[in-house]
Amino acid sequence: MAEFGKKGIRIEELTKRYGQGDTAVDALKGVDMTVAPGEVVGLIGPSGSGKSTLLKCLGAVIEPTAGRMILGDKIIYDRGWKIWDLRALRRDSIGFVFQAPYLIPFLDVTDNVALLPMLAGLSNRDSRKQAVALLHALDVGHRAQAMPSQLSGGEQQRVAIARALVNRPPVILADEPTAPLDSERALAVIRILNQMARQYETAIIVVTHDEKIIPTFKRIYHIRDGRTLEEDGEGRSLE
Amino acid sequence: MISLAGRDILHAWGKFVFTGVGLGLLIGVTLSMAGIYRGMVDDAQVLLDNSGADIWVVQQDTLGPYAEPSSLYDDIYRGILGISGVARASNVTYLTMQVRLKDRDVRAMVVGVVPGGPGEPGQPGYLIAGRHITRSHYEAVADMAAGLRLGERIQIRRNTYTVVGLTRRMVSSSGDPMIFIPLKDAREAQFLKDNDTIVAQRRRTAANPAFNRPGVPDLLDAVIASQSANPFVNAILVQLEPGALPDGPADWIRRWKRLQVYTRSQMEDILVGKLIATSARQIAMFLVILSIVSAAIVAFIIYTLTLGKIREIAVLKLIGTKNRTIAGMILQQAIGLGVIGFVVGKIAATLWAPIFPKYVLLLPGDAARGFVAVVVICMLASILAIRAALKVDPAEAIGG
Repeated sequence: MAEFGKKGIRIEELTKRYGQGDTAVDALKGVDMTVAPGEVVGLIGPSGSGKSTLLKCLGAVIEPTAGRMILGDKIIYDRGWKIWDLRALRRDSIGFVFQAPYLIPFLDVTDNVALLPMLAGLSNRDSRKQAVALLHALDVGHRAQAMPSQLSGGEQQRVAIARALVNRPPVILADEPTAPLDSERALAVIRILNQMARQYETAIIVVTHDEKIIPTFKRIYHIRDGRTLEEDGEGRSLE
Repeated sequence: MISLAGRDILHAWGKFVFTGVGLGLLIGVTLSMAGIYRGMVDDAQVLLDNSGADIWVVQQDTLGPYAEPSSLYDDIYRGILGISGVARASNVTYLTMQVRLKDRDVRAMVVGVVPGGPGEPGQPGYLIAGRHITRSHYEAVADMAAGLRLGERIQIRRNTYTVVGLTRRMVSSSGDPMIFIPLKDAREAQFLKDNDTIVAQRRRTAANPAFNRPGVPDLLDAVIASQSANPFVNAILVQLEPGALPDGPADWIRRWKRLQVYTRSQMEDILVGKLIATSARQIAMFLVILSIVSAAIVAFIIYTLTLGKIREIAVLKLIGTKNRTIAGMILQQAIGLGVIGFVVGKIAATLWAPIFPKYVLLLPGDAARGFVAVVVICMLASILAIRAALKVDPAEAIGG
């Protein structure tokens, strides 16, 4: 079990039930998970095991049924949301990287990244400055003025990572971020995530099916039938 | 904060411009419809302005001379000239007919006026070429909309007239160009029967024992002479002395001459409120339908554009964009589309207005009202798309 610091995320006995009565389905049945700042953990499991539901709960887009979620030193969920403005929570404290980059097609690369600090109230100039610095750190600074459609898949995914990082969130949720990439680019993305996690002390949860990147994780949460099992990168149980 | 709507429009400017052009042509039609109505009202007012009259004297219980037929004896004007406050009074006839010109004909309002009196009521107020009618017969002054040139010869009924003057914006309330001819000719054109009818009428009169009595040999000739004479005009146009109010002379004429009298405002009510009322309602219906169609098109376009961005909207919501920012983006796009459409529509309407056969008057006030209407319609039309966008679940951005 990783050490939980002032950043990072911890969830305890998280459950999510869809429907009611006879038709109720328990997608999560008491999930425990801890991700320390600077750590990248994998979340794997077969289809329908509850990965996406867990990600949606962690991303504060659906409400769990029970359990606790603690982000840094703040309880954000304890049998009910403890944060009034979930939109601001997502904007300031949670970064998202999706299977496809989902960059806003009508904004250039810089503004795609700068949009988040702008939404948070930072001036356009400072937001862009921050975005460009991060793009350079991710080695796509030379494409800062390009439109998303002009980028390769790998470049787009790096821009998406920059967008997830730009507000310095304590946690990043990555939903199969390497799915559309070849092995070389997929491993490059994981390298970047590890580097960024260390550099910005961000806890990163990577949902993946990608066999080639699974061994790169030091810790993996295997989710099956709504419960998690903690393993090391070799598949050995840590519980 | 950057303008998401502005960026989207700039990014897909081709789509927006082409859609805006399509919408603009529809808005152009809408503005033109309003212009046609304004043109009709203006034609009516021009007709009154050009008559030079302050009051119109017509047959009792009629709405003449423009809205209904009216007949008056041609010597009544003399009595009117003696009324206090009256400066000028003049007989006039109006007849809308086909005027023949060589191999074609033109629909025109033939106005019979007393020759040689520019400034007299009923006379064309100004000419753009040639001169006024000076002879008592066979001269004409035509509005340039009739497509006539100086020296051309036109045929009205049995007589041929030479165009001696041209004028502009002298049209009837229905937009037909006016052709001014001497009053005597106009009365003949209006009331003169053809030769066969005259022969038949004389035979019938002669066959009537009441008019062809053996003991009164001159009676038949007297009756036929009476039938052949035409002592009627359609109206008397009266100009008042400067500062004179129309009510005094109008009341006097009503009371003592037993005739119908209309002031300028009453005549405007007849022309605008009655004569073109049905056309105005027709145009209003078109305007309503075009507005609904425009709104439906904008709604459909914006809704389709929004549906095409569902994933982006989900991402925007997921990363913390406020609903009002997303709604604002859609609203601004709808308004942007409307503004493009309005600009295109206004230009199109301005360009094609002169091609219309009837006068199309595009008023700046109507354009301003049209712009406001377009913006409001676009705002209303965006509601559907905004609702769809606000319903988008940010969870849609996360797979599974």
